[in-house]
Amino acid sequence: MLREIRPAIVLLLVLTAITGLAYPLAMTGIAGAIFPAKAQGSLIEKDGKVVGSALIGQEFKDEKYFHGRPSATLAPDPNDSTKTVSAPYNAANSGGSNLGPTSKALADRLKEDVDRLKAENPNAAVPVDLVTTSASGLDPDISPEAAQFQVPRVAKVRNMPEAAVNQLVVSNTEGRLLGLLGEPHVNVLALNLALDRAAAK
Amino acid sequence: MTAIGWLQIILFCIIIVALAKPLGWYMTRVFNGERTFLSPVLRPIEAGIYWISGVDEKREQHWLTYTVAMLLFHVGGFLVIYGVMRLQAVLPFNPAGQGAVAEDLSFNTAISFITNTNWQNYGGESTLSYLVQMVGLTHQNFLSAATGIALAVALIRGFSRASVRTVGNFWVDVTRCTLYVLLPICAVYTLFLISQGMPQTLGDYVEATTLEGAKQTIAVGPVASQVAIKMLGTNGGGFFNANAAHPFENPTALSNFVQMLSIFALGAALTNVFGRTVGNQRQGWAILAVMGVLFLAGVAVTYWAEANGTSTLQTLGLTGGNMEGKEVRFGIVASSLFAVITTAASCGAVNAMHDSFTALGGMIPLINMQLGEIIVGGVGAGLYGMLLFVVLAIFVAGLMVGRTPEYVGKKIEAREVKMAMLAILVLPLMYLGWTAVGVVYPPAVASMANAGPHGFTEVLYAFTSATGNNGSAFAGLTGNTLFYNLTLASAMFVGRFFMIIPAMAIAGSLAAKKSIPPSAGTFPTTGGLFVGLVVGVILIIGGLTFFPALALGPIVEHLAMNAANVF
Repeated sequence: MLREIRPAIVLLLVLTAITGLAYPLAMTGIAGAIFPAKAQGSLIEKDGKVVGSALIGQEFKDEKYFHGRPSATLAPDPNDSTKTVSAPYNAANSGGSNLGPTSKALADRLKEDVDRLKAENPNAAVPVDLVTTSASGLDPDISPEAAQFQVPRVAKVRNMPEAAVNQLVVSNTEGRLLGLLGEPHVNVLALNLALDRAAAK
Repeated sequence: MTAIGWLQIILFCIIIVALAKPLGWYMTRVFNGERTFLSPVLRPIEAGIYWISGVDEKREQHWLTYTVAMLLFHVGGFLVIYGVMRLQAVLPFNPAGQGAVAEDLSFNTAISFITNTNWQNYGGESTLSYLVQMVGLTHQNFLSAATGIALAVALIRGFSRASVRTVGNFWVDVTRCTLYVLLPICAVYTLFLISQGMPQTLGDYVEATTLEGAKQTIAVGPVASQVAIKMLGTNGGGFFNANAAHPFENPTALSNFVQMLSIFALGAALTNVFGRTVGNQRQGWAILAVMGVLFLAGVAVTYWAEANGTSTLQTLGLTGGNMEGKEVRFGIVASSLFAVITTAASCGAVNAMHDSFTALGGMIPLINMQLGEIIVGGVGAGLYGMLLFVVLAIFVAGLMVGRTPEYVGKKIEAREVKMAMLAILVLPLMYLGWTAVGVVYPPAVASMANAGPHGFTEVLYAFTSATGNNGSAFAGLTGNTLFYNLTLASAMFVGRFFMIIPAMAIAGSLAAKKSIPPSAGTFPTTGGLFVGLVVGVILIIGGLTFFPALALGPIVEHLAMNAANVF
């Protein structure tokens, strides 16, 4: 049995060096050469400044923008580091609400949000993804229905024809891959950037 | 439920079955030490590793030596992870300036990664430096996976060999698995994941100014290289807190689909390795069929429950299923399918929050783990777990006809059955026992995030996941406390090693037995009757053990939900 001790130490160190250092570092090097933008996090720049990542959702509250899904991410409380406070779309601390199917807190939150959205647009059914929090709290997407739902509000605030806003939603909708995998979705940041560009014209 | 949803599920199953044979063929060659197309490049490296670490690749080990070697290897792995976590503040590759990780959390995480559990009491982007992610976690993702596969291969050798005292060489099996199987697949896989948008950088977290002028700190890192092995090795520990739900850890529907395939790929292929090694591939297909029956039943229930939604959603007129804790790009079907896959295998990665699943939708992942994660299972662990149930099923069949049972030419006798029972009984002892403590000990009770039966399910899920070395969670439970860090670590440890040691004892005792040719009285183990018998034994043993606990958690919650009760 004693002769198993040398391999236990040396083999562990060698394999650690290979799988824990050589492999990730080599992959980082190759990624930087072939997919430089994606390897850095698919960052979007506007006027030379980073405005976000194409893959990471961000909070939109302004009525002139399309809003993403509610986010349950947290951040340390600035007044008491042992506690946390709500910090939607905190991309340095991802997470979901973890509220269960019989949670009263969830039921109350859903009711409040549904009532608010019904007041905003009484003519359409409230899409479920617009009142539920995502698993990561950073969902960059909403469903096409959730985008359509917000078209009247955005068009009114921006003084744009609804048809023009609708057109932007359609052109920013991504369907299922090969018509099969995933669900149709609209990237909220991309849609809002397109909206700003259209308004600037 | 939609037709397009079921098409995704069927496509997934077809690809897994199609991959099992070529991967099984390749892995059989690797573990027999035969030449493969990668040998010209890798053979010199392999020989160099043996030379420097003093391994004689021709010398085989007795099952006990094999097991001791495995344990020593884990002691070393534990020290490496614990060390880098405690010292991360003074080590390089720490652009976010993370401080030393607390003792109990480091202990829990180190146990968690050497046991292939990868339970996340740590927060990923908010706790760990890049060095810990790479040297601590990525490396152990490889080695715990390689260990699992090596052990399964040793058990397979036990079945296929006759009248010998050895089951292979642990060091050789681990090295070959890492070099020839895991690393090459991961290298290609990593590049694919980056092409889908997964970051792979050592740069700082990104400071962005959003369109509305707010500051957003975006965590990045060497994500793709870790995710590749996290999935392929059924480890499941996330780079980020939100795991595979995080858009950087699972950017597209395609990355999601491939991640699901990679969780099952090696585990399914090992059934083929088994069949080839015992000389009849149909023996492997029969085992895969048992897994397939249980898997599809689970998928159907979870998909149905999640598509149906909850009574809260229905009352408010919200249709489209239970989207709380799910991502839009995956939707109901890919989230349900992922949840069943990750718990059927011992992966534990999540692309949706299981805590927010409906009562029945979340019960299936729980059952999958409580059955011992034998539905494909963790790489290696799934196969040896399943073979333990096969031993029992064969024993039951033998009792029915009053004949000494045999399986693939080996007599199954008292010693094998005792060892199989020991492994199977130790698991519920851990998860039921600790759950009982967790729901009465006040500091543990305070960790529950949800009230009512759901809180109980959170605790049961945590200990089940730890014992099963799964690592997924009803994540509302605050696990990073002294109580949970220590108790979960003990569950992970017992769940891993008290399964491995009996399995290896069986391997040793089988290898020493003579092989007997099939006769007219041999129970055929390649047909539908055998598949049905094994499924039955699994459900009866499993059901008798944990059904009462399920009745207190998800089942009563489902009834409460239908009566529109909230807590």
